Amino acid sequence: MTGADRTVFVNTAAASTGGTGVPSESVDLTAPFGGGTLPNPVTTASGCAGYGRELAKFLPLAELGSITTKTIMPAPRSGRPTPRMAETPSGMLNGIGLQGSGIEHFVANELPWLAERGARVLVSVAGERVEDFAACARALNGQPGVVGLEVNLSCPNADNSGLVFAANPATAHDVVQAVREVAEPTLPVYAKLAPDVTSITDVAKACVRAGADGLSMINTLPGVVIDTDTLRPHLAGVVGGLSGPAIRPVAVGCVYAVHAAMRAGECAAVPILGMGGIRTGRDALEFVLAGASGVAVGTAIFNDPTAPLRVLDELREALAARGFAKLTDAVGLAHHH
Amino acid sequence: MAHPVQRQAEIVELSPVGAYHRLVLRAEGIAERVLPGHFAALAVDRADGSLLLRRPFFVHRADPAEATVEVVFAEAGRGTRALARQRVGDVVDVVAPLGNAFPIPTGPASALMVAGGYGGVPLFGLAERITEQGGSVGFILGASTADRLFGVEQARAFTPDVLVTTEDGSYGIRGQITLPLTEAMRAIEARVVYASGPTGMLRAVAEVCAREGVRCFTAVEQTMACGVGVCMSCVLPVVGEDGVSRLVRSCVDGPCLDGSRVRWEDIGAVPPDLEGAAAMGGC
Ligand SMILES: Cc1cc2nc3c(=O)[nH]c(=O)nc-3n(C[C@H](O)[C@H](O)[C@H](O)COP(=O)(O)OP(=O)(O)OC[C@H]3O[C@@H](n4cnc5c(N)ncnc54)[C@H](O)[C@@H]3O)c2cc1C
Ligand SMILES: Cc1cc2nc3c(=O)[nH]c(=O)nc-3n(C[C@H](O)[C@H](O)[C@H](O)COP(=O)(O)O)c2cc1C
Ligand code: FES
Repeated sequence: MTGADRTVFVNTAAASTGGTGVPSESVDLTAPFGGGTLPNPVTTASGCAGYGRELAKFLPLAELGSITTKTIMPAPRSGRPTPRMAETPSGMLNGIGLQGSGIEHFVANELPWLAERGARVLVSVAGERVEDFAACARALNGQPGVVGLEVNLSCPNADNSGLVFAANPATAHDVVQAVREVAEPTLPVYAKLAPDVTSITDVAKACVRAGADGLSMINTLPGVVIDTDTLRPHLAGVVGGLSGPAIRPVAVGCVYAVHAAMRAGECAAVPILGMGGIRTGRDALEFVLAGASGVAVGTAIFNDPTAPLRVLDELREALAARGFAKLTDAVGLAHHH
Repeated sequence: MAHPVQRQAEIVELSPVGAYHRLVLRAEGIAERVLPGHFAALAVDRADGSLLLRRPFFVHRADPAEATVEVVFAEAGRGTRALARQRVGDVVDVVAPLGNAFPIPTGPASALMVAGGYGGVPLFGLAERITEQGGSVGFILGASTADRLFGVEQARAFTPDVLVTTEDGSYGIRGQITLPLTEAMRAIEARVVYASGPTGMLRAVAEVCAREGVRCFTAVEQTMACGVGVCMSCVLPVVGEDGVSRLVRSCVDGPCLDGSRVRWEDIGAVPPDLEGAAAMGGC
């Protein structure tokens, strides 16, 4: 690791071991998740690991803290026309349009397979109306393997001229509240926030008030790529979502701001699942220091299908090299300045 | 679908062939898994570089004894230019084999290989399999210009039934690859046609085959972000066994698709009868 040859922050817990290093295998990676914990903080970002089957060829899913599914809606969706993606500097733009076979198909055909493999599944759900979200949540009650629900608020609201639910605190609140009401009480509900809003902390506060047990941030940033040969937008859907290392500082900034609001007591403290451009354990540690107690790996999977597990190993080493015996000792430490 | 592995492969050869580059990679555990039609996804930048997405290329040859796989690529943009600048001895991160393989007729059959540009790349291994089974093959190789033809000598070494077309007439028959297609199919009494090349060409070949009542398998190329089936960027509309049309992932359910099942005219669209099209309101 790079930590060894630099001035490394020594945390108080590490002082008792008398130095900056702890053996990496002894780092306790137990990660707060909702009101409970997961064995480690790493998950896959929704839409970047399908429903797990393909990734299972590259890594044992049960070794990840959890696997987050592609967002599931009540009915099958074709998704948008192609082209659906364009590569951008240190990232990509996607306009997939939430293609999927619907919640019934997922429960009948995908979830049992995941559960058999011992995967802990964070199911991402969405809808065009508040009741669609609730219908998905209800269908997941009592199903095997499900450790939590992630509410994808970046879906256009059919009842509000297509503005996404994440766009304002009130609509985000209503969705989270509806899901929290119908979901099994023991099942954590995470609200997934969009970065392109006036105040992400206001949306975060509304979600937590509505009963969110955790916050996932961030979803992609909207953007357009224009093909200068055809002189037209590159994506068939014109606007797509930007992801990858290019958005990492935006994502870390969002986590930092919301964690700061929690520290200031403006928002009840719930665990944050950080994502946006995580490619290495060092990147993951940035999110942890900003206030995340879990991290999701998305676009980096397209570059390296083993990325989630590699990030986990590298994060363990990065923590050890800096003297952290426990992941939780590092959460939010960047705010202690 | 193939069972892919990820390897750090060493470049053992990188040399020009016409307008293309031939790249031979050595890595354990890949060659023995490759079937004709499989592709490899190559990282084109450093592990911390800014080009994140892998580039897909058909496997041309796989040699299990040498633990090598060979791809042939055109310089198309930044990624392939970076690949072309690599040197023998450099290491490339490879995920392979990916995708499905071409279905091969059982028993001896006459097959016509139709290759546009570098499209011949996946067809030679297939031709070998078919002849090993006592079948016979013919080739039509076409390109815009002579330097963009691939595999003319290789095809001639295989069979006397080789036709070559160039759009500018710089080599062989002047015109598009479909010009001699019907005649060639009849001449060798083709029971199946395998086509690889640009999408427009695949569509035209599939239409001729439909008219002639001959099976047709096409190797499609759609832009891919992941190549392994997790991102849904590489889809195209295909009529399923159940008669329902769906957007299927060309990286796992393809790239080798029955030409009569692909809805060529609807690539890049979401026609209303596709499964799930009705749900595409706002999102
Ligand atoms: C299954 C499959 C097999 C292929 N086999 C071969 C082969 O054997 N030989 C060969 O020369 N080329 C092959 N291609 C095309 C090759 O992948 C592209 O030429 C290459 O990705 C271009 O990358 P670039 O960075 O040079 O171009 P850029 O235009 O800079 O690429 C930008 C992005 O668009 C994608 N892209 C651009 N053109 C294509 C294309 N034609 N097809 C798919 N993605 C594209 C790139 O992968 C990248 O993500 C194949 C494509 C597919 C899907
Ligand atoms: C191809 C693709 C598909 C995505 N699909 C979804 C989705 O279905 N639901 C969702 O909440 N986020 C989706 N996302 C957003 C990611 O989950 C993640 O929030 C974002 O990409 C930032 O992380 P990253 O930079 O690590 O990819 C998708 C991202 C990509 C690149
Ligand atoms: S390229 Fe990602 S699913 Fe096919």
